[in-house]
Amino acid sequence: MTIAKASSETGFRHRHLLGIEGLSAGEITYLLDLAERYVELNRKAGKTGDLLAGLTVINLFFESSTRTRTSFELAAKRLGANVVNMQIAWSSIKKGETLLDTAMTLNAMHPDVLVVRHPDSGAVNLLSQKVNGSVINGGDGSHEHPTQALLDALTIRRRRGRLDGLLVAICGDIAHSRVARSNIHLLTTMGATVRVIAPPTLLPSRIEDLGVEAFFDMRKGLADCDIVMMLRLQSERMQGTYVPSTREYFRFFGLDQEKLRAAKPDALIMHPGPMNRGVEIDSELADDIHRSVIREQVEMGVAVRMACLEALTTQKAAGGPDR
Amino acid sequence: MTIATGGPKHRTAFLDARILDPASGTDQRGSVLVEDGRIADFGPELFSESVPDGVRVIDCGGYCLAPGLVDMRVQLREPGEEHKETIGSGARAAAAGGVTSMVALPNTEPVIDDGAGVEFIARRARDVKLGKVYTYGAATVGLAGQQLTEFGLLTEYGAVGFTDGTKAIADAQVMRRALSYARTFDTVILQHPEEPSLAGGVMNGGALATRLGLSGIPTQAEVIPVERDLRLVELTGGRYHAAHLSTAAAVEAIRQAKARGLPVTCDTAPHYITLTEEAVGDYRTFAKTSPPLRSETDRQAVLAGVVDGTIDAIASDHAPHDQESKRLPFAAAEPGIAGLETLLALSLGLYHEGHIGLIELLSRLTCGPSDLLGLGAGRIVKGGPADLVLFDAEASGHIEPDDFVSKSKNSPFDGHPIRGKVLKTIVDGRVIFTAETDA
Repeated sequence: MTIAKASSETGFRHRHLLGIEGLSAGEITYLLDLAERYVELNRKAGKTGDLLAGLTVINLFFESSTRTRTSFELAAKRLGANVVNMQIAWSSIKKGETLLDTAMTLNAMHPDVLVVRHPDSGAVNLLSQKVNGSVINGGDGSHEHPTQALLDALTIRRRRGRLDGLLVAICGDIAHSRVARSNIHLLTTMGATVRVIAPPTLLPSRIEDLGVEAFFDMRKGLADCDIVMMLRLQSERMQGTYVPSTREYFRFFGLDQEKLRAAKPDALIMHPGPMNRGVEIDSELADDIHRSVIREQVEMGVAVRMACLEALTTQKAAGGPDR
Repeated sequence: MTIATGGPKHRTAFLDARILDPASGTDQRGSVLVEDGRIADFGPELFSESVPDGVRVIDCGGYCLAPGLVDMRVQLREPGEEHKETIGSGARAAAAGGVTSMVALPNTEPVIDDGAGVEFIARRARDVKLGKVYTYGAATVGLAGQQLTEFGLLTEYGAVGFTDGTKAIADAQVMRRALSYARTFDTVILQHPEEPSLAGGVMNGGALATRLGLSGIPTQAEVIPVERDLRLVELTGGRYHAAHLSTAAAVEAIRQAKARGLPVTCDTAPHYITLTEEAVGDYRTFAKTSPPLRSETDRQAVLAGVVDGTIDAIASDHAPHDQESKRLPFAAAEPGIAGLETLLALSLGLYHEGHIGLIELLSRLTCGPSDLLGLGAGRIVKGGPADLVLFDAEASGHIEPDDFVSKSKNSPFDGHPIRGKVLKTIVDGRVIFTAETDA
């Protein structure tokens, strides 16, 4: 794979942000550069702008979320948008038509941006085809979570100065993780080398075809890594079907000092949150301010989402092509 | 056991033996020197002049000295059914049978599905101080066929593979995950290949079952799960072992899978090479086994599998049962044969009948099973453990279950003519069994 020297000259010319797959290195760099400016702004006292003044952003969440929804809400408010949060219990309504009915109903209210999270892979894409505004994927099933990958990339880039040439290990429940998929697409596009580490029951079939190397052994997989990304393991996966028990998982796949020793001495530890301490990560490591950048990831989240909102709304005004 | 360095070494010389090592193809007259439980040297020139002072001498009288047998499938009934067998009585039966390493199934009460269970077996074996006793871990919690056990932790405790014992892992998704998860720890999944919904019968399906009015188990009950599992091996890359093959179709399925390069192995038991369903005869419950004894065509196909190497191991499938479990109407009787003490003699039948060379046969009883489980046993090699069997390959006799050391005497081979007799069994250089000499 050849990586064009990342340049932000290309801008970002899509109506929606549905996933990382398909974005160019230039587009990713453009979004990260944009976000970089907001990091500084967010650290100042008066951090409200008016770029999105008069625009309406709806956070449409079919899956419970506190962090991501709050992050999107803050991002939109800091840009001066009107924000409406809708939390819909997906389990309580029927599938298929109802999702589209919801989309049509909301569309009739003319929102400018819809941030959508949904437990089914592909549902956000389906919804995006039925609305006039822009759609940002806030996470769909086990498919993609593009803003998480962008905030991870921004965190790494600020700490390491680059993405290309880094060795990144993504560890844990790869099979069910949208965070893993978005990160794999982003990091490989930007020229990083990506490894995935998990028991084979949590590795989806032919994961290698996404351009990563798979490991079953943490020590081998972490060897010489610059970045260690841990994923959350849902408790329902630990009851004997995918993994026999929490204690066995932590023993062989939980990140602790001993396993981390295989990575580079200054390797960064990342986690999308919320963490299961004692399951996928040792508490001591999670709180180690020299190694763990978990809180920084949260900070970058707001900046990245502001950048995405800016990119989608400003280019739409310029009449960019659909994606 | 390591001896404190500097102290005098315990040295034993086995003189005038026919040294048979299947792993290296060795078959030569010579001597073996054992030092502190390990093989220090062997060969035709060793001690050809004299034996130094301080070395204990055992004259092998020209008899066969081979690696101790590795029996990869035994039921020892402890914990839970100590009236049928214990680790102690089973280990004594193994010693009498020339078996120096054996692997117990986890289908005890309680089931060996946690670290404590694996440790219990190891501790009891240490107390008994005879042959080496390993155990499989249960593949699923309580052998219930649903939740995987802690393969990683159990492997660290010493489990050498995972199986649901005499129950099939029936659910395809569970088998898929077991094979997949086993790769993490490079361990093997052993299947009792029998489709439960087809295995409701009590003997081989066919004309004899029809005549006896007994419900039959078709051969398809074996080949269907084997073929399914082979597809799952293709999907997952996990290591798979099919236990006690009894049918021509299953042997052929494994043969083809091996030709395709899949990581699969299999074993059979002496009764599937020696007997057919005819042994059930007049409702003889001692000939009730699981899987059942099959037709002559199947027996010959299994035999051919042993000869051409499709079948990697011959295991006794030792299944001790007391009289009360067998003296019942055929359908109600427990299946299984107490086989530890007849493993070598019955297997030697293949050699005496001219089907297979002695070295090749011994590989199915020693390095074959040891290598597929990674036990590091089953070969005569310098520095290796001195686990040996001295046997007379020619001595004629009959099987007498009443003389079994095992607590249980359930064998359909009562009076069966044999050639071959275990003379001595040696574990880590210690002689743990010596045959009574014929007066």
